[in-house]
Order: sequence, then structure tokens, then C-alpha cells
Amino acid sequence: MTDDQNGADPVGAKAAELSCPSCGEMVYPGEIFCEECGHRVADAPPAEQAGTGSAEGRPDATIRQSSSSAGRRAGGRPCPGCGGTAIDADGYCETCGLRQPAERDHVEIELPAAGDGNGARPVIAAGASDRGRRYPRNEDALAIAAHSAGVAAVVADGVGSSQRPEDASRTAADTGAAELVALLDSGEDPEDATRGAALSAAAAVAALATSPSDAPSCTYVSAVTRGPAVTVGWIGDSRVYWLSADGAVDPGEGGADGAREPGPDEAAGPDEAEVSTGDMAELGPSRRLTEDDSWAAFMVAQGSLTEAEAEEHPNAHVITAWLGADAGQVSPHVATFRPAGPGTLLVCSDGLWNYFPAARDIAALLAAGPGAVNGTGGPAPDPGHDPAADPLGVARALVRHALDAGGRDNITVAVIPLPSPTAPQSRIHESTPQSTEQPR
Amino acid sequence: MSEQPQFTVKIDQNKFLPEGGREVHAIVSVEATAEGGVAAAASTAKASEVIIIDTSGSMSYPDTKLRAAVAAAQVAIDTLRDGVEFAVISGSNTASMVYPQHGGLVAADAQSRQKAKRALNGLKASGGTAIGSWLRLADELFDDDRGGIRHAILLTDGKNQHETPEELDAVLFRCGGRFVCDCRGVGTDWEVAELRKIASALLGSVDIVADPAGLVADFQAMTEAAMGKAVADVALRVWTPQTASLRFVKQVMPSVEDLTGKRVESAPQAGDYPLGAWGAESRDYHICVEVPPGEIGKELRAAWVKLVVPGAPGEEAQVLASGNVLAQWTDDEVQSTRINPRVAHYTGQAELASVIQEGLQARKDGDLDTATARLGRAVVLADEAGNDAITAMLRKVVDVVDPATGTVRLKRNVDKADEMELDTRSSKTVRTRKDETLTTPRPGKH
Repeated sequence: MTDDQNGADPVGAKAAELSCPSCGEMVYPGEIFCEECGHRVADAPPAEQAGTGSAEGRPDATIRQSSSSAGRRAGGRPCPGCGGTAIDADGYCETCGLRQPAERDHVEIELPAAGDGNGARPVIAAGASDRGRRYPRNEDALAIAAHSAGVAAVVADGVGSSQRPEDASRTAADTGAAELVALLDSGEDPEDATRGAALSAAAAVAALATSPSDAPSCTYVSAVTRGPAVTVGWIGDSRVYWLSADGAVDPGEGGADGAREPGPDEAAGPDEAEVSTGDMAELGPSRRLTEDDSWAAFMVAQGSLTEAEAEEHPNAHVITAWLGADAGQVSPHVATFRPAGPGTLLVCSDGLWNYFPAARDIAALLAAGPGAVNGTGGPAPDPGHDPAADPLGVARALVRHALDAGGRDNITVAVIPLPSPTAPQSRIHESTPQSTEQPR
Repeated sequence: MSEQPQFTVKIDQNKFLPEGGREVHAIVSVEATAEGGVAAAASTAKASEVIIIDTSGSMSYPDTKLRAAVAAAQVAIDTLRDGVEFAVISGSNTASMVYPQHGGLVAADAQSRQKAKRALNGLKASGGTAIGSWLRLADELFDDDRGGIRHAILLTDGKNQHETPEELDAVLFRCGGRFVCDCRGVGTDWEVAELRKIASALLGSVDIVADPAGLVADFQAMTEAAMGKAVADVALRVWTPQTASLRFVKQVMPSVEDLTGKRVESAPQAGDYPLGAWGAESRDYHICVEVPPGEIGKELRAAWVKLVVPGAPGEEAQVLASGNVLAQWTDDEVQSTRINPRVAHYTGQAELASVIQEGLQARKDGDLDTATARLGRAVVLADEAGNDAITAMLRKVVDVVDPATGTVRLKRNVDKADEMELDTRSSKTVRTRKDETLTTPRPGKH
């Protein structure tokens, strides 16, 4: 961690005098549960951490999550369960026994527009990643970076049946985002850059393997904006959605009725190499932009199952392409679109789309606004439902929706509003570890 | 104790609790393996041994009992390694020194062994039984020898008739933790529950030697085991969260022994459960902690278990090994309903010990329905646990009609020795059968 930690420390920003609404016992800053009665006293992440503080003291920072994958929280912070300060080397509170949240358990990222250092700079992209309620650790990874003419975001989801999936996803996201920025800034075409970055990420993940039985693996999805166009690339079942600002949803966009929109790479089977030639399909109503490399998608494409049937099937999460030493030849799918109007690119792992598979499901969550985001209650302020005004708020709200729906998987969401509030300045930003954790 | 064995602590549990779940169970396996050989480790440990032989009048009815006891004590003395401080006590209404004559302990060598054995030859049986007074004398002898491994062997053939139970309890309270005492009953005129109480209080074993001819081999084995101890006064230190409560701590291997009441507060939120001396051996413990229910996904350390050698007052304890008992709440019923096989196994054997003891007591009390039901249940549990020794002993007390349902008939004529043997050994357990490992479903991807 860096000195940035202090600026973003939620504890420092939180009111000191709090009491449990259930039993009245004093509640310590940063505490999520009342130690006396166990009542949940704060919604997490605490609202006070919201966006503005995150870039404090480092005006030009691109904010990313820490690359130290398995690290526990930095010392000195009180236990979020009881406020105790004695945390032993194994990461358990010596008072209440709570396992201290890992850095990756909950991560939030904001990418502010480049600026001259004075005045408020709008956020041009944001993301949130959460361990969820079921899995002991977060094996998703997220990276968001600015390039000279837009934004690049990468989401990777570790394959749970592989070894060290959290390392695979971390490596894929970091490598992919860095390569995207480097290739785009060196003048590469977005599609070539997307393909090149995906292949670099694939090579980096494959290099993590120490033996055939130890092949860390993950999915990969990237989205880049440049000028009026967006380019997506993917391997596996992490997705990109287009959410139109006018609320219109593509009629072919399937909900529970099992209808399915033609993917941008419709003609190509999952095993074929080159998919899209970048025909610059126009983006109107909300729709999904990627086509999963999954057993379910394959069965649907074959007409053997409806989308709903496939998603219910035990094999639904079996993927047919991934990054990893055991992946064979990796062939990224790449597609480019030109939005017809304002909207939002949403890059996510299946922790979100398991619950909200169709673009219209996600659009409905945002349209419902803050009133819909209640969850476990608590004094949560407006969590945001306007991507252009508050990308992080939207990312958080969507993560919260997935948690409230069960949180059975790790959840990662990146939000890129279009058109971008301002163009970022022409430089590659230093990455700065930045995370806000949420224990649970 | 320069060559201490290597200790390991292993935890078996299913940490997953359903929503609202509070009770966390775990089996803590503690194993010590001597680096560079057991014998080498044992030979360096400071140790003392007191042998207590019942010389009440009944020991000469028949006289073979006293003669066998003397021969057994002599073999035990031969089994002591050189340098071990020892003494021999004879017990009746009071305790008296056999060797050395005037109190204290003497280092074992050729000469002292010879003298002690000769003194034993002169023993005569007369008087009553006051076991508390015998133990009090043993405790005084050990008093000069703090710090090392302190072990006593107690042999009796009768009930503790010549002092009150309160007197005995007071002595047990005083001696608990000061030395370990293995207890043996010879013949069939002694009280199983009484000797079990003494052995429990003094962290020792209890067994029956129905036939005096078996005493020599038994004493030799006991003394060898005592000589194999390498660390004195080991304790299980259990930390629990401030909001949790420790329901019980039981030894479940090699025998069932409830340690819950032996807790000594030792550190913030932690208590020590004394385990006595330890050699190259392994023992298992069953721990149950009650924790306040947590949110789905939350993970707690429900107990932090450490094997320690508690230091002198004001001194840090030496931690030999440690392990975590965890709790994590999940809404996945497949995970939360899975019972750890070792927890199940030992839960069954703890129940086995109690149903045997209850069944035999009911039989004594003439409550044959209860006796039949309990011993029938015991037949099922012993079979489930694979505890063949107990199955064999049960079949000397009941006729098994259907082993699957536990349908049994009480035998009409049961040998007293068989019944006492079953009672005495009811708490002896066997380890989990092999290959009952958990198979965790692996998610396709997450």
C-alpha cells in the first residue's frame, strides 16, 4: 500500500460518535456489526468513502486495485467486527475472532478525467469488485486505465477449479490494461490493440503455470473507448453490455423468454479464431455486446436449449475458452461498435449477470433508481443510478444488487459512461494501488 | 527436556454453519513424534515414579494377589531407567513407606533397585483401604521433585471403605495436576466408578486386571509408557472470541475424558486444560464452541487451540503447536449440513461410553428395560465406530438378536469380571476408520 491509503481511509472520514440502533451500545468507527448484540450497524461499504476522497493528494492518479493479490489489510486498522486493534498474524481479530477482510474482498476504482490539477474533474470510468457472500476470497480482478483518447477496462474472473485463480485474474487484468494503453498510445488500431492485449494477457497467465497440474486460469474481457467507437474483446463468459441512456432495450435482447440477440460474431463458432472484422455495428438500444464462450451459449446456439434452460443447467458455468497454460490456442473475439447516442458500457463478471442476465434486467435496476437499492438497510445515501454523473455509484449499486440477490459468486462491474465527460490527457498514468475494503 | 518431540495439531471440522447456526464442533488431533528416536528423547527427561501397592487384608485372599502385586512392582522397578527418582508405598488404613524406609525419593540404580525389591518381598497384607491417604503420601514424596515428569501407579483390590468420599475428593483436588496416576483394579471387588474418578482427576488411565497373573505384564507396560514421556505438564490452551462460550472440551482418544471442568484461566479469553505428560503418542480432543450467529459469508476463528507448556507464574507459556477452529456462515445447505466424519465418529463413541455405563448401572439397579435399551444402542454404536474390542466385550453381557437395530437380550449369567471389564473399558475409543475423507465438490468456475 502507499501513502494514498491515508487519504482514502474510510475510518478517518467517519463520524466518531455512533451507537447501535438496536441496543444503544457504542459503535466504533469502521465497525459493521455491533459487538454487543451483533446487529448490523453500517451498510458496507460505508458511504463516506464515496468517490471524492479517492484521488485525494494524487490528482493525476489512475486508480487501480492493489496488485498484491492475497495480502491482508494493512495493519493499524481496527477490526470491522468489534473495533479491536489486536489482529494476529493469521489475520484474525484477537477479540472477536473475525477473519479480517482481504484487500481484494471489496475493491473500488475511480478514474478521473485528466485535468490541470484545479477544479473538480469528472469521473470518466469506475468499477467495483466484491468477494460476494459465498466464496472465501475474491478471484475476480478489475483494471481501469486511461489512454490518450479514451478509457480501457479489463475484467477477469479466475477459474475456480484451477490452481491460484486469483493470481490468474490479477495477472490478466493488469497485463491486459497495461498492454491496451501501450498499444493504443503507440497508434495501434483498437481492434488490433484489443487482440494484442488479450494475447499478452493470455501469455502472462500461461506463464504462471509451474506444471501441467498447476495451471492458473481465468476469463478475460476488455472494453476500450476511442473517439466515437467502442471495441470489446473477450475469452470466456465475462461480458460487456451497452446500456442506452434513453432506456430503450433491444427487442431481440432476451429476458426470461429465452429469445436471444444475434451476437456480433454470430457466424463464428466458439472454436473459430477470427470473429469480427469490425464492421462498426451501430449501437442503439441496450444490449449485450459479447457472446459467451460457454457450454450454455453453445447449446443455445445449437438450438438444443433455450437460454433459460441452459442457465439452469448444472453445466451452465462450464466455459469453453479461457486463459491459462492448459487453454491451448487462445483466440480472442473482438468486435467494434459505434454508439448512436449516449449510454454506458458495462463490463462485468458472471457474479452480476447470473442474477441479471439480460440487458433489460440491468437497465431496469438502474431505471429503478436509488429506491430499489435497499438491501440490508442502513443509512446508505443515494447509491447512484446515473452512470454519467456517478459511475462508481452505479458500479456499487449493481454490486449491491448482486449481493442482495444472493452473492453466490465474486462480483465485478466496470462502468464507462459515453460520451466521456472529458477526454483524459495524453499520458500513461502511474498506477496507484487504491482500494476500499468491505468486510462481511 | 533437551530433546523435545515435535508436536503437531490438526483440526478436523466442517466450518460451515447454516444461517443462525451457533454450534461449532471440531476434533483436535495432537501428535508428537520424537526427532531422532523415542528412546533418545525419553532418556534425557527428568522423571520420578511412585508405586502404590494395596496391602489391605483382602490382598491375601487369595494370597496370589499380594504375591502377584509384589512381583509386578518388582518388574516395574526393573523397568525404571537409571536415574529416575522413585519410591514404593504400601497402602491400607494409612500409607507407609516400603522403600526408601524414611520417605523421599531415591535415584534408580542397581543397588537401590535391589533394596527396593527386597523390601517388597517383606510385605504383609492387613487392614483396610483408604486410598486418599496413600495418594497424600505420594504427593508429599513428589513435592521435592517439581518440574520433571511425575508418575504414580496405584494398585488396589477393594473399595475405598476406610475414609469418606469427601476425604478422597479433597486429596484428589489437592493432587490434581501435581502428578499423573494410572490406576489398576485387581480382582473384582473394587469399584469401577471410584477408580475411574481417581484416574480422571489425576489424568491417568484406569483398567482392570481381573486375574492377578496379568499384573506383571501390565505394570511393565505402564512403566515403559511412563518412561517414554518426554514433556511434563502439557496443556491445551483454548482461546475463544469474547462473544463465544466454550461448551465442552473432551479427550476422545485414546479414551473419552471430559476435561471441561478442568479449565484454568490462563490468558485473556483463554483457558488451559491440563493434559499431563506426553511422549511419542497422539491423542484427540473434541471441542464444541457456541458462537453468536453471523451474516452469511462471515468467517470467524471460533477457537484458537494451542498445545502449551505453561510457564511458572509470570513466565510465558511455551507454545508447541497450534490450530484454528473456524466458523463460516453459508446459505448453501450442502455445505452446512455436512457433518465432519471424525466429529461424528467421536460423538458416537462418547455416546457409546455413556450408554454402556448407564446400561450397566441400570442392570445393577434392576431396571432391565433401560439396561436392554442402552446396551442395545451400545451394540449399534460400537459397530458403527468399528470398536471391535467393545463389541466383543458387549457380547459377553448381552445376546445380540439383531446388530443392525440393536435388539439385544441381557444374558442371565454374566461373569463379574466381564461386566467390570466392559464398564472399565467403555470409554476406550478407536480412531476413525481409514478413508472417511471429505469430498468437496469443486465448482466449475467462480
